[in-house]
Amino acid sequence: MFDVNKIRQDFPMLNGKTMQGKPLIYFDNAATTFKPQTVIDTVVKYYTEQTANVHRGDYDLSYQVSEGYEAARETVARFINAQPREVVLTSGASAALNLVAYGWGQKFLKPGDVILSTEAEHASNILPWFKAAEVTGAIFEYIPLAQNGELTLENFKAAMHSKVKVVTLANITNVLGYVAPIKEMAKIAHEYGAIIVVDGAQGVPHIATDVEDWDVDYLAFSAHKLCGPTGVGALYGKYELLQQMDPFMLGGGSNARFDICGNILLKNPPYKFEAGTPAIEAVLGFKAAIDYISAIGMENIMAYEHELRKYLMSQIKDMEHITIYNPEAATGIITFNVKDIFAQDAASYINSQGIAVRAGNHCAKILMDMLQTSETIRASLYFYNTKEEIDHFVQVIREITLEKCVDLFF
Amino acid sequence: MDITDPMLLRQIIMDHYQYPRNKHAGDAHHNHMIHMASESCIDDIKVWATIENDKITDICFDGVACTISTASTSILTELLKGKSIEEARTLIDRYFDMIDLKNVDLEPLEEAIAFYQVGKQANRIKCATIGWNAMKQIIEESEGKHD
Ligand SMILES: Cc1ncc(COP(=O)(O)O)c(C=O)c1O
Repeated sequence: MFDVNKIRQDFPMLNGKTMQGKPLIYFDNAATTFKPQTVIDTVVKYYTEQTANVHRGDYDLSYQVSEGYEAARETVARFINAQPREVVLTSGASAALNLVAYGWGQKFLKPGDVILSTEAEHASNILPWFKAAEVTGAIFEYIPLAQNGELTLENFKAAMHSKVKVVTLANITNVLGYVAPIKEMAKIAHEYGAIIVVDGAQGVPHIATDVEDWDVDYLAFSAHKLCGPTGVGALYGKYELLQQMDPFMLGGGSNARFDICGNILLKNPPYKFEAGTPAIEAVLGFKAAIDYISAIGMENIMAYEHELRKYLMSQIKDMEHITIYNPEAATGIITFNVKDIFAQDAASYINSQGIAVRAGNHCAKILMDMLQTSETIRASLYFYNTKEEIDHFVQVIREITLEKCVDLFF
Repeated sequence: MDITDPMLLRQIIMDHYQYPRNKHAGDAHHNHMIHMASESCIDDIKVWATIENDKITDICFDGVACTISTASTSILTELLKGKSIEEARTLIDRYFDMIDLKNVDLEPLEEAIAFYQVGKQANRIKCATIGWNAMKQIIEESEGKHD
């Protein structure tokens, strides 16, 4: 049974923490999420009981922590229905996306090849590809978004052509929260001989992910958005693609041998991409986080978030002074503005009431042209939020005025 | 000005936000321009100034900004227009001292006093200083400290 009150007891940040003297309501889960005690304990335990490097020592402690590290890789793999050898542990989604754009994009793209994406992407999934285009002479093209900002299969089909070599996009975008039809898109991309890269930073924490069923070529995500530690994430890649692509970094742990003439023999994937001592405690905490949310169940998480969103939307959708940019999205991201109040001013007022939301262009700068506003406010929910929190948020939104926003400064 | 009267100070900010002064793009007679866009994701303003014979004869600004950025920059343009470089620098330093909650005489800052409590919302300090930082850079540039 999904019991949100019981779940909340697992999170120190949800027990007694205040902001501006008010009980904290955290609605910025698209930025990062709170950690349950088991994740915190796992991280601490590495430092208090398990400290040793991985894959380096011929003693019990190192062996044990190496086992724990590989067990984490297995857990990550199972969570997205991949094989462990297809999972590269990285410092996060950004590192994973950069790795693909560099190691695959810069290596294989040719002048005139097309990189196809959307205007709703996070900077971490667009800037590495801008660079790949600059270096290789490839061209960037955008799939036009529908009027409401959603990516439709029809528009994708119309934008696909034989010059497209890579399709790269988020399966859930961080501004509008729409869910892209990834499985169908992957099929079409493959018919044209293109690969498909999925930025799963917002998708993996919120909906069940199955890379095998979707048949995607790469998928990147971060642990910290699914209750795990910061500084760790993963890149899934089909094994042949991982074999072909270059590492972003070279160094200890990624090579099998090298000699004084400069010959290097790299290890097999995923190890060839993991040079240097990783964030070991974070990798162990990543596993604890996946174990935690798996025990709750992704279906339950999805259903509850959807219920929360509907509950929130039903209360704010008719408010005259609120503009909602994604009324139809299915996920827990609600993007809006208060009429005649600059987003940052409104967010400061909301903050003064103990509620954390994000104002800005959410690292998706080109989308803002489409929404015809330079900035928005984003409330993003997770499975530990409650209807009571939403009630309080709605109350604050109902009462907000420009005068109140300015009064914060006195 | 009575800084114990929040109604009055709020009125100043609202007025400068809703009816910003000198808010328009500069033109050829402005010999300095600074684009302030990299401080945060949001505020994106340009400040133009004309500096002749060590005197600021004109300032204007334009762009997208929140209430605090808009009002503080609007107030800056009125306060510094017509001042000598030396006077402007003293006022700018005094303004930053006020923002840092240092104990300085606020009277010379005139309407800019409205921001004396901005430090209470620490994440908004950059909004209250964006135009002032721009002007500081322009003055340094005019003196050749910046290349
Ligand atoms: C859609 C999307 N992609 C990529 C990222 C980057 O994730 P990270 O900062 O963890 O590398 C984010 C995080 O904000 C995101 O929302």
